[in-house]
Amino acid sequence: MLKYLLPIGLFAVLVGFLYFGLGRDKETLPSPLIGKAAPVFELTRLDDPAKTFSNSELAGKAYVLNVWGSWCVGCRQEHGALLEIARRGEVPIVGLNYNDEREAALNWLEQLGNPYVVSAFDGDGRVGIDWGVYGAPETFLVGANGKVIKKHVAPITVEIWEQEFVPLLSQAKAGSP
Amino acid sequence: MKQLLLAAMLTLFGFQALAIDKAPAFEDPVQQARYERLARELRCLQCRSETIADSNAQLAADLRRQLRELMAAGKSDQEIMQYMTDRYGDYVLYKPPVTPRTWLLWAAPVLLVIGGGLVAAIVISRKSKLPDTDPADPGLGAS
Repeated sequence: MLKYLLPIGLFAVLVGFLYFGLGRDKETLPSPLIGKAAPVFELTRLDDPAKTFSNSELAGKAYVLNVWGSWCVGCRQEHGALLEIARRGEVPIVGLNYNDEREAALNWLEQLGNPYVVSAFDGDGRVGIDWGVYGAPETFLVGANGKVIKKHVAPITVEIWEQEFVPLLSQAKAGSP
Repeated sequence: MKQLLLAAMLTLFGFQALAIDKAPAFEDPVQQARYERLARELRCLQCRSETIADSNAQLAADLRRQLRELMAAGKSDQEIMQYMTDRYGDYVLYKPPVTPRTWLLWAAPVLLVIGGGLVAAIVISRKSKLPDTDPADPGLGAS
């Protein structure tokens, strides 16, 4: 009896591993930043190199940080959704213009519309590294207490926003962990 | 002949120059060796199966720059790896650390050897208990 049960058992274990392996989302890496203080940055503003913007100016407020670049195909894909989310005005969207050229980025906003309250210019991607960015577009939700609540990698859609972000907004605005 | 030799040399040794920076990062050969070793221990998260020493991706170039700067600032290997994992998680390490989530990965080879050894031992001991005079089993001597 064992002669048959053992191979069948082993086969079942193998199938189990493969099944869960297939079902797992291997594209999205867990961010170690969740639940931790959002990295503070100070960069020049995209629209004015003479002025700086720091996310510490938003202390006490919940905001979304969206990492984008004019070279990024997925960013073009999600742009309509960002415009819609900005129009709803639930929470301000800050842009982090990542590894980009200032002129190309400004052209992009002019052509496609600007969902951001402000875009910070991270031309050499240093702030991106602090935020653990590995592929634009990435979208972070930061709470009023300055902690990162959620990260979404890949283009955002209005559906993802409503299902995954909106339920977190009251918590984000209250500032509780 | 000279050209042939040159072509052979380029084919054989050209790969060493691929992807990594155009110029050595450090003048000191010890630091340069350390830089190359650390670059091989960090994963390019854009391309996943490449280290930042092998990858041409923008992110790999940015991480190499970061590595150079951290080394120039006198950070230890451990501090540099901590800096990277604080930002990117354990996945940035090309060699995964032993954690509750990865112990099976590390233990798998040992478990497989033990399991295989057990199966082999059982099969061998059973076979050896068979009578030598069994006409159905020609034994090891026959071919």
